Amino acid sequence: MKLELRGITKRFGALVANDHINLVVNSGEIHALLGENGAGKSTLMNVLYGLYTADEGDIVLDGVVHRFKGPGDAMAAGIGMVHQHFMLIPVFTVAENVVLGHEPTGILDTLDLDTARKLVREISDRFGFEIDPDALVEDLPVGAQQRVEIIKALARDAKVLVLDEPTAVLTPQETDELMGIMKGLAKAGTSIVFITHKLREVQAVADRITVIRLGAVVGEAKPTDSAATLATMMVGRAVDLSVTKKTPKRGEAGLSVTGLTVIGDRNNKVVDDVSFEVHAGEVLAIAGVQGNGQTELAEALVGLRTPSAGSIHLGKIDITHSSVREVIDAGVGYIPEDRSKDGLVGDFTIAENFMINRSYGPPFAKGLTIDFANRERIAAELIDAYDVRTPSQVTLAKKLSGGNQQKVVVARELSRELNLLIASQPTRGVDVGSIEFIHDRIIATREAGKPVVIISTELDEVTTLADRIAVMYRGRIVGIVDAKTSRETLGRMMAGATV
Amino acid sequence: MSTVVTPGLFSQVDVSVSKKTPYLMAAFAVFVLVAFGFVGKTDIVAFQWSKEEDLIHLPDFLVASNVVGLVLGTVLVAIAVFSFVLAQRTRVTPLWLTLVFGLLAVVALLAWLAAGNTLPFAFILGNAVVLAVPLALGAMGGIMSERVGVVNIAIEGQLLTGAFLAAVVGSLTDNLYLGLIVAMIGAALLSMVLAVFSIQYLVDQIIVGVVLNVLVLGITNFLYAQWLSNDGQNSNFPGTFPIIPIPGLSAIPVIGPALFEARITTYLAYVIIPVLWFILFKTRLGLRARSVGEHPLAADTVGINVAVTRFWWVTIGGLVAGLGGAALTIGAVGAFGRNMSGGQGFIALAVVILGRWHPFSAAAAALLFGFSIVLRIWANQVSPGIPTDFITIVPYVVTLIAVVGFVGRVRAPAATGKPYIKG
Repeated sequence: MKLELRGITKRFGALVANDHINLVVNSGEIHALLGENGAGKSTLMNVLYGLYTADEGDIVLDGVVHRFKGPGDAMAAGIGMVHQHFMLIPVFTVAENVVLGHEPTGILDTLDLDTARKLVREISDRFGFEIDPDALVEDLPVGAQQRVEIIKALARDAKVLVLDEPTAVLTPQETDELMGIMKGLAKAGTSIVFITHKLREVQAVADRITVIRLGAVVGEAKPTDSAATLATMMVGRAVDLSVTKKTPKRGEAGLSVTGLTVIGDRNNKVVDDVSFEVHAGEVLAIAGVQGNGQTELAEALVGLRTPSAGSIHLGKIDITHSSVREVIDAGVGYIPEDRSKDGLVGDFTIAENFMINRSYGPPFAKGLTIDFANRERIAAELIDAYDVRTPSQVTLAKKLSGGNQQKVVVARELSRELNLLIASQPTRGVDVGSIEFIHDRIIATREAGKPVVIISTELDEVTTLADRIAVMYRGRIVGIVDAKTSRETLGRMMAGATV
Repeated sequence: MSTVVTPGLFSQVDVSVSKKTPYLMAAFAVFVLVAFGFVGKTDIVAFQWSKEEDLIHLPDFLVASNVVGLVLGTVLVAIAVFSFVLAQRTRVTPLWLTLVFGLLAVVALLAWLAAGNTLPFAFILGNAVVLAVPLALGAMGGIMSERVGVVNIAIEGQLLTGAFLAAVVGSLTDNLYLGLIVAMIGAALLSMVLAVFSIQYLVDQIIVGVVLNVLVLGITNFLYAQWLSNDGQNSNFPGTFPIIPIPGLSAIPVIGPALFEARITTYLAYVIIPVLWFILFKTRLGLRARSVGEHPLAADTVGINVAVTRFWWVTIGGLVAGLGGAALTIGAVGAFGRNMSGGQGFIALAVVILGRWHPFSAAAAALLFGFSIVLRIWANQVSPGIPTDFITIVPYVVTLIAVVGFVGRVRAPAATGKPYIKG
């Protein structure tokens, strides 16, 4: 099916998320939509999928103009979508999820789950997915959940399949598998729209590339174009994401973790006998596919979770059972992975967000009251030093873009005397300019002789920043290797192979 | 605090089974053995299984109170020991065993209370069912609402509305069936207010629920004082539905008269509970409803209308709760009283949670609470010396033990209480 978007415009208040976007995807073509975080890719696809209504413009399928009132209309017209955040019901089985919304039924509206199972098995076998129709979705690893999403779209005869940042949760090997699946689907006649900001993937799989920036199409590119050309188109200027690091001056062990075990909500060892050391002036990156215990490890390190065994030492001090406040006072800076949930209070101003981890004493509080004059001065300094683009320091944090929100968190955590920095997904959902800035700051912390722990699922980020890399898999550390280790080896480790 | 963690990925902890269930059991077993057995009363208890007029009349079973205590106490000790053995072998005491334990402990207590008296078993069970019906129906309304993601604090108000309208309309028109229908519609309209405010206008569901409860209480109190108490003969004297024995079933000894010599409100509950279970777990309608309560955005992306689904399930849930309200008046005592529901809507809310949003488990939980109410009434009559409060807590203690016996966490529908805002 040939998909055409003609002059799609979508506004949210004063913000123009999509500005007269034109896009043509031919039948059986893999068309990459390349753009930075916040460029308007997902908005465009939500318009295509009927979740948003466009203010202007037409969606044309095989020459026929369509108006979608909701996702149901879009699906009926042959559009399927695999969302970045999976649209699956965790407590339902695979078969139930696949047929939800177009269920086969018997008498009295009863569900015909046998037909549903057969449908799942048939599609699963056709593409070699190996999915059990009766498995509960919440029990499946993310890679398998994504395949369930693809089955869901194919079960409705999707002729146009939209994949929104599909590789964010996959290992390099799983990414390769997904690309194989995409090529197979395209060969079978499905048109694929592949939304991403990763140049490597675009070059590997796309037939054609459309680049969008700040809500508008900046041009078409060919997969044979160099990464530098694509990056320049995407960001609007030459980008250099490599960081210059001095050779590490390894000092004393700043953080020693021994035999740390954390029991999760379902009585499983989400962190399983983990031991490592981070030296002063060193960046240790913890790599791994999302959901392998990295979150819980970080939360245990800062006192948000109680370990069931093992110890955490900051220098000579034992902080295994310290409260969060004691950990903060010991000089641990923490950039949480989800800034809007754990990093900021969205309804607080920027200045208020700067003080929330030091609300009880100087420099922000004087006795029982807030030292407003001091706070105003410090906030102004931080906004300036960390390049937070905001109308004022009394702007609510939730009004800022992702990159600027992250800079507020980074500014708060780095602006005090630290003995350890823990940064979890420090650049997730952040624009390239902010990524460069945040990476520089993290390296500056290392150069200042502090131990730094980076937790990231982005392999590029891990290899750029780290001095050593620890790979986590199913709660355990599979191995700790040098930062120059090849992507292939790291990928195998992320799938559980020991070195 | 945490992101989506894929379970099954991690190695399970070798759990040593907690011994709190066996210890609790042992404490209760020893208490029963000593208090009701060794130092128990020697008077004779007459276990009355059936009434004279029952088709199959079982003779009363006469036994000394302390003998019952000794026998049951020994059985309880045996169960407790068995539970210890299970825990030693890292196995959890099964739920049914915990329930049997609770049941036997309560029987021992009853035998002690009724020393020198009769223990009207059929009477207690039959009344427990009658008292459980409004709770169960209120809980079904709550389940319907919460399964699609709307917290229904307003069950209390819906019960009260149903109770009032059933009594008044039944009385004025002299037609109880008309009273029943109006009661259901009235409660459904009240539920519709909750639905519109929480789904359309995104007002906090708890606040709307509380406001509705206070509103209904105020209106019915006012009307009762100004109207019903002066004109009771015309407007608040509906009588009750006739008791219809079901041929055959009602002849079953002990449980027959308790379950199958009942009013239409009770029989409707017998129908509604399994039907709701069937719809929720076996049909397309139920699958869609549950998807809306678990992950509304996901439901939306496959073309399910979240707002419409929520609206109708909440409204129909009100209809069912209204029936429960009618059961309070024309299904039981035959008149409306000030604040008739008296917090039963909130108990129904507890029943929803104890029953884990499942119709059958909720019905069992409702029966437990029904039993506790009748126990209080009866115990007060036979043994006036014992503080009623003490007797009243017994079933709740049993409930607590039952909950301790539950393995795994109670999990509400994931989107309960969260408004769904479309982009």
